[in-house]
Amino acid sequence: MIERLIKWSRIRSPWILHLNTGACNACDIEIVDALTPRFDVERFGILLKASPRHADVIVCTGPATRQMKDRVIRLYQQTPDPKFVVAVGACAMSGCVYRGAYNVIGGIDQVIPVDVYVPGCPPRPDAIIDGVVKLLKKLENL
Amino acid sequence: MKRITIPIGPQHPALKEPISLRMTIEGEVIKDADVRLGYNHRGIEKLAESKTYIQNIYLMERICGICSHSHTTCYVQGVEALCELEVPRRGLFIRALVCELERIHSHYLWLGVAAHEAGFDSLFMYTWRDREVVMDLLEIISGNRVHYAINTIGGVRRDLNEIQKEKILEGVEFLKKRMEYYTNLGTTEPSFVGRVSGVGILPEEKAMALCAVGPTLRASRIASDIRKDDPYGAYGEFPFEVCTADTCDVLGRVVVRVKETIESLNIVEYIIRNLPEGEIKVKAPRRIKEGEVVSRYEAPRGENIHYIKSNGTDKPERLKVRAPTLANYPATIEMLKNGFVADIPLIFAAIDPCICCAERFVEIIDERKGSRGIMTMAEIKRKFKKPEIKKDFVWPL
Repeated sequence: MIERLIKWSRIRSPWILHLNTGACNACDIEIVDALTPRFDVERFGILLKASPRHADVIVCTGPATRQMKDRVIRLYQQTPDPKFVVAVGACAMSGCVYRGAYNVIGGIDQVIPVDVYVPGCPPRPDAIIDGVVKLLKKLENL
Repeated sequence: MKRITIPIGPQHPALKEPISLRMTIEGEVIKDADVRLGYNHRGIEKLAESKTYIQNIYLMERICGICSHSHTTCYVQGVEALCELEVPRRGLFIRALVCELERIHSHYLWLGVAAHEAGFDSLFMYTWRDREVVMDLLEIISGNRVHYAINTIGGVRRDLNEIQKEKILEGVEFLKKRMEYYTNLGTTEPSFVGRVSGVGILPEEKAMALCAVGPTLRASRIASDIRKDDPYGAYGEFPFEVCTADTCDVLGRVVVRVKETIESLNIVEYIIRNLPEGEIKVKAPRRIKEGEVVSRYEAPRGENIHYIKSNGTDKPERLKVRAPTLANYPATIEMLKNGFVADIPLIFAAIDPCICCAERFVEIIDERKGSRGIMTMAEIKRKFKKPEIKKDFVWPL
């Protein structure tokens, strides 16, 4: 009973943490765009949170840089279980144009496990919402 | 009073991008500030040396997602100067059109972020809703919302037709009306004005001495704009004014950006009404002549400089980017001093920081010894060893 309640509340209101691991700002702006009136993800109960301790979903943008690697792992550990990671943009998936640069490790999945990938450079806000809604579907079957 | 150092970032509610600030405070007053960079450092300049000139356009675009067109235009202008290409006028006009639309969307975005940091979230939501109109216009022109990819060496890649022109004029009409509303709101709403006036003061002489650029400089009474001082592209033909403010604080920076947006809207209208006929690009050679060039450009955040050195092959030998945010860091530290802790996000947001623009190389400056040099990753690791974290630390509750 309680488990069902927790699951229901988790699906109805996932709080997200936005984490820039070395992105070019484009994906970040599109994420913030998704929160503002035209796209408005708040209708799915999604709320942007500042602290990793409040978050259920980490939305990562950008390739993982060497300087940021330890921080990303620390933030992932600080997030309470169960936690999910959405990789937004081509950089977060594979490194995109920065592939081969000396300070870039590659996609964010080289550092932490990823649940949903949203392709695009940058993906449109609609695509980001689609990605998050797919994650919610995944949660239902958990 | 005891001095305390507080770290802010690299992941912090007030910052959208990773940067680390160390604030030394006495009570509520900031006595010293230190900026630590490198979280967003990707090594683009080195990477550019291994790519061809055409590939580099798309790499330069991805230096920054807000001023993507600024970086490509600056780069492309440099390469065109190297191989002495004459870009057709229509091409230059379309390039300037995208430049101005980008400036408008960047300033709208900034106004929203500044309002958010000042605690005025309804203005944030309003401006971001209206910003979508600009994004739509850019999508109509280039097919993409953020990375337009409209520049190429020798001109632009897409032409404008009559339907697009009409749509742009409609959009400009709407945005003008909205901007008038924000001008009234931003300069007369007492709670907002009370929050931003007198915060983050940067006197005229300091702004000059610390080499501030863009709206930060113009808000300190200095009328400096590359579009006017050193006209590039087709900017010599457009009628516009350089906007300044004389309050030297965050309010001044708001006023400058609002006025600039209105000027940009006028420029867009002028471009659409006076768009010349003809070709949009000329064919560019694959191998670029030997030589070096410095290209200047007025990005939404200030002066952007690209230095390109060519050795006669199809890849540049050196590409150096000086983004406007980097030039504004010393001024920001000056603004933060003797301010309050609660003003940090507002002051920092007021320079419109774009951290991804600013981070491409690491230079270590030792303040005490006065030495400076470029270090490798291993050297940095050796020098700045992380303090050990106590594993079994018990909170004194």
